[in-house]
Amino acid sequence: MSETQESGPAGLAIYTIGLALAVVLTATSFWVANTSLLWSPGIPLGLAVLAIAQMGVHLVFFLHITTAADKTNNVLALAFGLLVVFLVVAGSLWIMGDLNTSMVPMHHGSP
Amino acid sequence: MNIAVEIRPAALPAVLPITSETAAASKRIVAGYGFWLFLLSDIIMFAALFAAYAVLAGATAGGPGGAELFSQTNVAIETACLLASSYTCGLMSLAVNSRRRVAFYVAAVVTLALGAAFLALEIREFADMIARGATPQSSAFLSAFFTLVGCHGLHVAIGLVWLIVMMAQVAVKRFRASVVRRLLCFSLFWHALDIIWVALFTVVYLMGVLP
Repeated sequence: MSETQESGPAGLAIYTIGLALAVVLTATSFWVANTSLLWSPGIPLGLAVLAIAQMGVHLVFFLHITTAADKTNNVLALAFGLLVVFLVVAGSLWIMGDLNTSMVPMHHGSP
Repeated sequence: MNIAVEIRPAALPAVLPITSETAAASKRIVAGYGFWLFLLSDIIMFAALFAAYAVLAGATAGGPGGAELFSQTNVAIETACLLASSYTCGLMSLAVNSRRRVAFYVAAVVTLALGAAFLALEIREFADMIARGATPQSSAFLSAFFTLVGCHGLHVAIGLVWLIVMMAQVAVKRFRASVVRRLLCFSLFWHALDIIWVALFTVVYLMGVLP
């Protein structure tokens, strides 16, 4: 990432490939969300997969996070960050979903 | 464990500046690494906002939901602006690496214009929603929406100010080492904002309008 000194045609090619992949993934996301051709219960999962793929493309082609030996620290920090993100999001949804189902049913409109 | 052995070669040059040459290189690595840690903490803050939004997405309190409020066309244009600005930010980094000032200014101005277009579209969308009565205080869903999307918009606004400052610094100080380091941090910041936007348009705008 930080120590990358790439320039010239190679660097331009990396950014352009990244842009092309990102455009394809974004266009697919918008198409998936608006089409009626696909099995509708699978669409949220499909969108999540597309988004994660695009975030991967951005990390590799724009932020230059790779598995090269000199980038191990950056990748380890990223892995830890992703662990915390997963715990925060999945944990919140799990706990709040649990609370929701065990709540006493309320009638809207009554005090 | 293996991991401890593996990270040592990468960590060593950063903590042991021997000659002035390695010291200059290590400062660049340390600045990039430190800023990367800040970005990860920022992403974790966004994760908390995403979690709040996901929990509250159904709590519309009888008010309008995502399907009635969001315009897919608007979001598609916003996404295109931010993605294109991320690309021109990459071109800007290339210009900085090869010390081409004119190319740097062109890429920076295009990045600035695309970022400003994104922000203008977002502000217009917010104003439109508020004009239709969908204010942050009308439901938990809208509170979470305005907090999450507004926080991203605020980051973009800060990024635009930062970019203007960097253009001024290049004009006055040229490509000296400290300026190049700041430009590196800026490009990391700008690319990270685009990553957060990918999660945002998927979770909020695309999943939010599914039947």
